[in-house]
Amino acid sequence: MIAVDGLNLSIRGMPILCEVSMQIAQGEIFGLVGESGSGKSMTALALMGLLPRGAAVSGHASLDGTDLLALREAQLQRLRGNDISMIFQEPMTALNPVQTIGDQVAETLLIHRRAGRVEALRRARAQLDRVGLGHIALDRYPHELSGGQRQRVCIAAAIALHPRLLIADEPTTALDVTTQAQILDLLKDLVTEENMALLLITHDLAVVSDIAHRIAVMQRGAIVEQGETAQVLRDRAHPYTRALFAASAHQPDRAASKTADAILRVEDVHRHYPSPRKGLARGTPVRAVDGVSFMLRRGESLGLVGESGCGKSTLTRAILGLDPLSAGSITLNGHPVSPTMPRAVRADMQVVFQDPYGSFNPRWRVDRILTEPFHLLDTLPPRDTAIAEALHAVRLSPDDALKYPHEFSGGQRQRIAIARALITRPRLLVLDEAVSALDVSVRAQILDLLAELQGQLGLSYLFISHDLTVVRAITDRVLVMQAGRIVEDGATEAVFTNPRHAYTQALLTAAPRLPNSFGAFIQ
Amino acid sequence: MMRLPPTLILGALITVFFAALAVLSLVWTPYDIASLSVSNRFQPWSGAHLLGTDQFGRDIASMLMEGTRTSIAVALVAIGIGVALGVPLGLAAAALRGSLLDEVIMRGNDMIFAFPSLVIAILITAIWGPSATNAILAIGIFNIPVFARVARGGALPIWTLDYILAARTAGKSRARISAEHVLPNIANLLIVQATIQFSLGILAEAALSYVGLGAQPPTASLGKMLSDAQTLTYSYPWLAILPGLSIVVLVLGLNLMGDGLRDALDPRLRRMRG
Repeated sequence: MIAVDGLNLSIRGMPILCEVSMQIAQGEIFGLVGESGSGKSMTALALMGLLPRGAAVSGHASLDGTDLLALREAQLQRLRGNDISMIFQEPMTALNPVQTIGDQVAETLLIHRRAGRVEALRRARAQLDRVGLGHIALDRYPHELSGGQRQRVCIAAAIALHPRLLIADEPTTALDVTTQAQILDLLKDLVTEENMALLLITHDLAVVSDIAHRIAVMQRGAIVEQGETAQVLRDRAHPYTRALFAASAHQPDRAASKTADAILRVEDVHRHYPSPRKGLARGTPVRAVDGVSFMLRRGESLGLVGESGCGKSTLTRAILGLDPLSAGSITLNGHPVSPTMPRAVRADMQVVFQDPYGSFNPRWRVDRILTEPFHLLDTLPPRDTAIAEALHAVRLSPDDALKYPHEFSGGQRQRIAIARALITRPRLLVLDEAVSALDVSVRAQILDLLAELQGQLGLSYLFISHDLTVVRAITDRVLVMQAGRIVEDGATEAVFTNPRHAYTQALLTAAPRLPNSFGAFIQ
Repeated sequence: MMRLPPTLILGALITVFFAALAVLSLVWTPYDIASLSVSNRFQPWSGAHLLGTDQFGRDIASMLMEGTRTSIAVALVAIGIGVALGVPLGLAAAALRGSLLDEVIMRGNDMIFAFPSLVIAILITAIWGPSATNAILAIGIFNIPVFARVARGGALPIWTLDYILAARTAGKSRARISAEHVLPNIANLLIVQATIQFSLGILAEAALSYVGLGAQPPTASLGKMLSDAQTLTYSYPWLAILPGLSIVVLVLGLNLMGDGLRDALDPRLRRMRG
């Protein structure tokens, strides 16, 4: 049984955690929910004794009566991986790329001297079988596995010594929805079998609502509300819980004003890559995009949904005119789209990317970043006015033009990205996972902004995302893509309420959802 | 104010000291080293000749100043060649990753790498005769693949970032993106590499002059001084020790500066400082 009581943490004088208290019983799944910077990961690191230098901790944290905060490093090392284990968000970086998965699972046993090498490998095999990797050989390397399989390897290593507490820090955030559902099921089963405690850390209320017995909501280093999952989600006693709830299910007001004529036409587009070399010959080409056709009307919002590897990124690059097509055609306002398209044609289409940190040259000031697309224009609008207008449109201050990207938060950066995309006054905006990296409350604001801009400027959106909730909130029509093909398309509500294709049905079933009875979702 | 690594400060001090001596030698040296006076040879250290004289009666201090100048000048121009040709090649290879051009550039680099610089120098001097200019050429050619590799290696991860895609959707050419976005973001790598190549260039120049393929008399050179002193090492050890020590300390200073710069410019450390 884990008992945390009045845990305070500050790093170099800056308060991080404030009076955090919680109890997790054996066999219990405890969900810790909060947005980035709320201190949820630091709580986990404090339990593991893995805090960064300069951290000062006070309060109590114990595991079955052992005071975790009083242990010395050597004792903590015996504890980690043994009594307390952890799995992380990014299973690729959590595994060592040059070690086989068998060695990495066996490592836990070897470090804690629980087995010799042969015995450790035998038990590693057994653990991998248990997490559903019976068909994967021990001598495989992490890069040969999919994201979900890698996360299973991490789980196998973490539970190898039957820990009493498993900490899972955003274990499914980097995974596709169908994989996410499988990993959550696996964790749930393991908790029952092992009778261990699971501390599930996530930013997504919907993820924990399904499997956690109890949840705690964190905000600015403090737990603002905790209790039985059903009760917390039903009562929403704290305003922050209510705000999170509302933001997760946020539906922006959209004034649809679409017309019948197409701004973008995609006709039978193919994009093939040569397959990896095997000896001198190459195998059959990979058909990343395999005969996709659709059209996007003026003023319309079109969603493109699919899991990783379905070809949506390749299609996006082709639509943006960054890569050539293998076959088919794409036209924007009737002009063909290709890497060599004229600048004037290109100016009518701009893009917003997912990563608010990689979207800008860190050495450029905002005014220079914003005006980069001016390269597309023959007659330049007055620079300062254009910058001020663009910043005003995304609700930033004109003074922000003189700052550098690192001075802004993730949500603000995404506003800058939108401002940059709007500065040439394009009529088509491609939003490539544009809100996927944002916290729910920030995401809700950005979605509102996008809806508002669409009404004001008569924009058409191509909204590419793996996140079904977001697509449902902002689009009129949706395309579902699988293995390079569009398997289903139709009006968003119709597809979501009555999916026809088996893949769409699987996606919708797998997507974590806040239950109906709490009034968040009208399904 | 961010704190500079102590290695950077020490290395920079040493480098500045030698650079100052070299610059000073352009306008003033204690004695003219072109004038030989046999009667004045093998003078001990004194007020008149700070570090004594050699077997031709030339002032050692003046020789060291001019020799340092030759070494630094040769190494600097050789870096110039390496940067001017290697960086654009590396950027082009990264911009067109996987293309035929990329292959040609990188395999060409491999070929240059496969030749020891000394062999290239012998080749060049066999054709055009030994001189400081030809030493520059030999060392410079060897610098090209080094900078091409560093530039390509640094540029590749940057080409995968979203702001590059954003620049491409703004219709910018790959050449322009390389200049505007990629180059400034790999500048720190190139600066660190340049200090390392600087010290290697000084060593290479000394080695070429030592075997007689570099600067020719009356131009002074640290390597040449070493080879002149070779037969006199027993009787007049200072003639060999002084230029040798100069090379060692100068190269050490440059290496320290390179290490220090790498620490100071490392983006991970910079992020920690906020």
